[in-house]
Amino acid sequence: MNPPCLFFLLAAMTAAGAVDDTARKSTPAAAPSPAVKPTPATPKANAAKSPLLATASKKAAVPVLPPPQPKPEPKVEPPIYESTSPVKPAGEIDRLVMAKLAPLGVKAVLCPDAVFVRRAFLDVIGTLPTAAEARAFIEDTKPDKRRALIEALLQRDEFAVYWAMKWSDLLRIKAEFPINLWPNAAQAYHRWVMTAIEDNMPYDQFARDLLTSSGSNFRVGPVNFYRAMQNREPEGIASTVALTFMGVRTDAWKPEKLACMARFFTQVGYKPTSEWKEEHVFWDPMGTHTLAGNIAPGKASIEEIGKPAAPAQGVATTDAPALPATGEAVFPDGKKIKLPEDRDPREVFAEWLITPKNPWFTRSIANRVWSWFLGRGIIHAPDDLRENNPPSNPELLAYLEGELVKSKYNLKHLYRLILNSNTYQASSLLGDTKPEAHFARYPLRRLEAELIIDAINKITGTTELYTSAIPEPFTYIPQGEPAMSIGDGSITSPFLALFGRSARATGMEEERSNKFIAPQWLHLLNSTQIQKKLESGPGLRDIINARRTPQKTLDELYLTILSRLPTSAEVELALSYGEPREGLNKVGKPRTGKRTEEWNDIAWALLNSSEFLFRH
Amino acid sequence: MSTSNLHQIGMTCSRSTTRRDVMQAGLFSTASVLFSNTHAATAPAPQALPAAPFKTKAKSVIQVFLWGGMSHNDTWDPKPDAGYDYNGPMKAPLSTNVAGIRLSEWFPKLAQQADKFSLIRSMTHGNNGHETAAYLVQTAHQPGERLAYPSVGAVFSYFRGKNYKGVLPPYVVLTQPQGRFSEEGFLGAKLKPFATGGDPNASRFEVEGVISRSISDTRQQARRDLLAKMDTLRQTAGGDAQLTASEQAKAEAYDMILGKGREVFDLSKEKPELRDRYGRHTFGQDCLAARRMVESGVPYIVINYPGGWDTHSNHFQTMGRQAPELDQGLAALLLDLKERGLLESTLVWCCGEFGRGPKIDWQPPWNGGRNHYGKVFSVLVAGGGFKGGHVVGSSDAKAEEVKDRPVYPVDLLGSVYQLAGIDPKAKLPHPMGLEAHVLPYGEEGVKSAGLLTEIM
Repeated sequence: MNPPCLFFLLAAMTAAGAVDDTARKSTPAAAPSPAVKPTPATPKANAAKSPLLATASKKAAVPVLPPPQPKPEPKVEPPIYESTSPVKPAGEIDRLVMAKLAPLGVKAVLCPDAVFVRRAFLDVIGTLPTAAEARAFIEDTKPDKRRALIEALLQRDEFAVYWAMKWSDLLRIKAEFPINLWPNAAQAYHRWVMTAIEDNMPYDQFARDLLTSSGSNFRVGPVNFYRAMQNREPEGIASTVALTFMGVRTDAWKPEKLACMARFFTQVGYKPTSEWKEEHVFWDPMGTHTLAGNIAPGKASIEEIGKPAAPAQGVATTDAPALPATGEAVFPDGKKIKLPEDRDPREVFAEWLITPKNPWFTRSIANRVWSWFLGRGIIHAPDDLRENNPPSNPELLAYLEGELVKSKYNLKHLYRLILNSNTYQASSLLGDTKPEAHFARYPLRRLEAELIIDAINKITGTTELYTSAIPEPFTYIPQGEPAMSIGDGSITSPFLALFGRSARATGMEEERSNKFIAPQWLHLLNSTQIQKKLESGPGLRDIINARRTPQKTLDELYLTILSRLPTSAEVELALSYGEPREGLNKVGKPRTGKRTEEWNDIAWALLNSSEFLFRH
Repeated sequence: MSTSNLHQIGMTCSRSTTRRDVMQAGLFSTASVLFSNTHAATAPAPQALPAAPFKTKAKSVIQVFLWGGMSHNDTWDPKPDAGYDYNGPMKAPLSTNVAGIRLSEWFPKLAQQADKFSLIRSMTHGNNGHETAAYLVQTAHQPGERLAYPSVGAVFSYFRGKNYKGVLPPYVVLTQPQGRFSEEGFLGAKLKPFATGGDPNASRFEVEGVISRSISDTRQQARRDLLAKMDTLRQTAGGDAQLTASEQAKAEAYDMILGKGREVFDLSKEKPELRDRYGRHTFGQDCLAARRMVESGVPYIVINYPGGWDTHSNHFQTMGRQAPELDQGLAALLLDLKERGLLESTLVWCCGEFGRGPKIDWQPPWNGGRNHYGKVFSVLVAGGGFKGGHVVGSSDAKAEEVKDRPVYPVDLLGSVYQLAGIDPKAKLPHPMGLEAHVLPYGEEGVKSAGLLTEIM
């Protein structure tokens, strides 16, 4: 069945108004229902049967085993990845997205509750739901439960931890090469970011603090913004500012344009103190920090101050006739300004940037937030805003920008709008490439390195060692801390390095790589590290040894690892794995249970399934 | 404060660096000039390079990387007359099987193989930071670009990997990745080195992910089948591009798990006497494993030295323990390659990111340690088209400065690329569409004194 056909079919199904499905309950099965393949011709019948079907048929064969195409007639069980309830636009986002999808003949399909609970946990707090949390949500009958879950997740402690991890990539929080913040400074920077997120600091204030703060790198977290870059020359700073807050890559700019923007950053001073590796970032109109020997407060030779600093690397401007007179700077939109002598030019720049009227500021963050949840920017890539890279849905982007401005840059407001939309809650199943840019589905994406190992540790009840071998004394993170809570990108483990954690050298979104390469599979499929966790971690052992029936044990494994119950086909498959056992058990009945090794293999297969490893 | 002052303090739109100029010239470079060496001449423009019909002499490369920076004084550039403050407890150097070449007392086995390798005693880049120097030595590019250049191994993997059909990945690291900079650079995760993990000196070399302690092949196959059947999302959303790419990577992994690649790591197939000759320590068996990889055609192998050479303190104790292992493994490797007729086609190079201070630091807490030293240090090169039995360049009387014939990172890597038939001027795909070349010829701040033609 090719994609458009599937979409039509599902659209027809959902239009018929089926009740919301739930995952298969583990009550004993009724007699298998006759095979009913939902087609546009029989939506009513399907819909009418849904409530029954939801509880029926452990033996039904959905999903179909490979080779998948064409599908044999399945016995009916609610689909795992698609909801049968109707999609009604939940708000403006859906209206604007559907306006694009309708002419393409595509209608989105909602994801079912079991998919949603996992998706929301991973997307909002970077954490897997426990088996109990997943079960409670799936069994909850309140109509508004998705909204309630989103609200609860936005208030969880892990929320700030997870989002601080994301921001730490963009803000390049790393103690060592090539950013070289130094451990105390990286910690101060990360703590500031996390606190700002916890407090839901308005984004405009967040940006302003990062752009204009002065003070010690150990005490005033945000000043590290100006230290967290490889090139601290004014052009280097301008380039980083443009990338971070305008979503613009200056690499394609004319050199003069960057040089003119750079003027706002010619007075950023860096000065060490007598504390080892402490450094003050400050407004330095006199260029005092460039004086040779002026390395600590009080050490400046007073008569030197006031003399012009060495004309930096300043070659004469003869090669740049387009440049304005000295003392002037030019904003990226071409507006010229005479720099006031009594103000830090960083503030002048921030004033221009941080306003709803600025063509980049609001657009860039609205687009980024969208891309974080939907896997793709309305302008894509989200840090490549430029004239010849238009948004795929300008109205949608404008709406998000408007909401951000209206809410006074409350990012949680934007999160809520997106998370509660049916666009976000769409199924992740097939769409061809055209609707991809129009958000017909929730795209499959491999989890971040930190999330994979945190999830595996949570499931198996094990921990990891995270260290930084430089500088001495080495840093060790207490065992049991999740990887996503590590503030400093220099503190790492072989797993994190292998799975493409961001190097935090550039602040570009694509620095984090979530694409599978063969060595990652070697590690997941067959490494001693993962095998040990499976075999001796208390998490799985407790589930396997809990004296449940094999069926119940499997339910628990599925809920723990995949946040849903198995279908009857999956039950049959898993329980038939391995050697049948011979002999009698203690009470004289034939042995039916599985060997621990076989349970381990089943858990292993679930941990290596696409459903575990990909957001879906 | 006066306006004129303000204006003079660099508030002009003039470029505070010249990287843009360089970019306009079509090359992306940083302006920081780290070199102070007076011997330096600016690198020749690309066209000034030998327009070589690149003949591939080196089919494989083994790079032994001495992370931390190994002292040159105490090893391959001894200065017995420099006095106690320079030599500490070191005794007289050893003569070798090549007249005129002497090595320190810790290298008796290499001394018997001096006809098979050459020493560069005038390697220089002037950088004393571990990461920046490691980056310089292994990319020859200036550190500090927004996107990092790939290391020499990743460049090999990029050019050689295209037609490579070996049973192992084209770029392998024994046993842990360096992890100080991203070896794949902007070429992306696919060109990351494959790190074996495990310990080749253990009773079984358990290559992480390939050779499993407890899983039989039968169970391995059963699990694979189980996973294929239980991977419900993949079956349902089979056409998804992400999942398709992921399945492809998984298939490659299974080729390693169940394929022939495993045998390369089975060192028990070697004669015990030979294993003894390499040394029953991790580094020795690293060298043996590297030779087996060469035989199976792996283009680029890095032995990331197990342990470190960053001997600020406990210098002579650490050296006294490590240097003899380096001596044994390296000497056995060169001899073994020679005996098997592989030395002609296998290039071996060995150095750290820098040397160590020639003058011993007797102050506490170092108490006789040596600090970072990028001004001059030594490199060992052998095989793959390099002649043996020569010394290139020299340092001064105390090994503190280059005395003659400096060798810069572009010169060393340029020579390696040339012998391997890789064009050092070739373009690399830059993710942001910028001009990027294997080596930074002609870029600002890049010094060169020419390829190592005297030993090629």
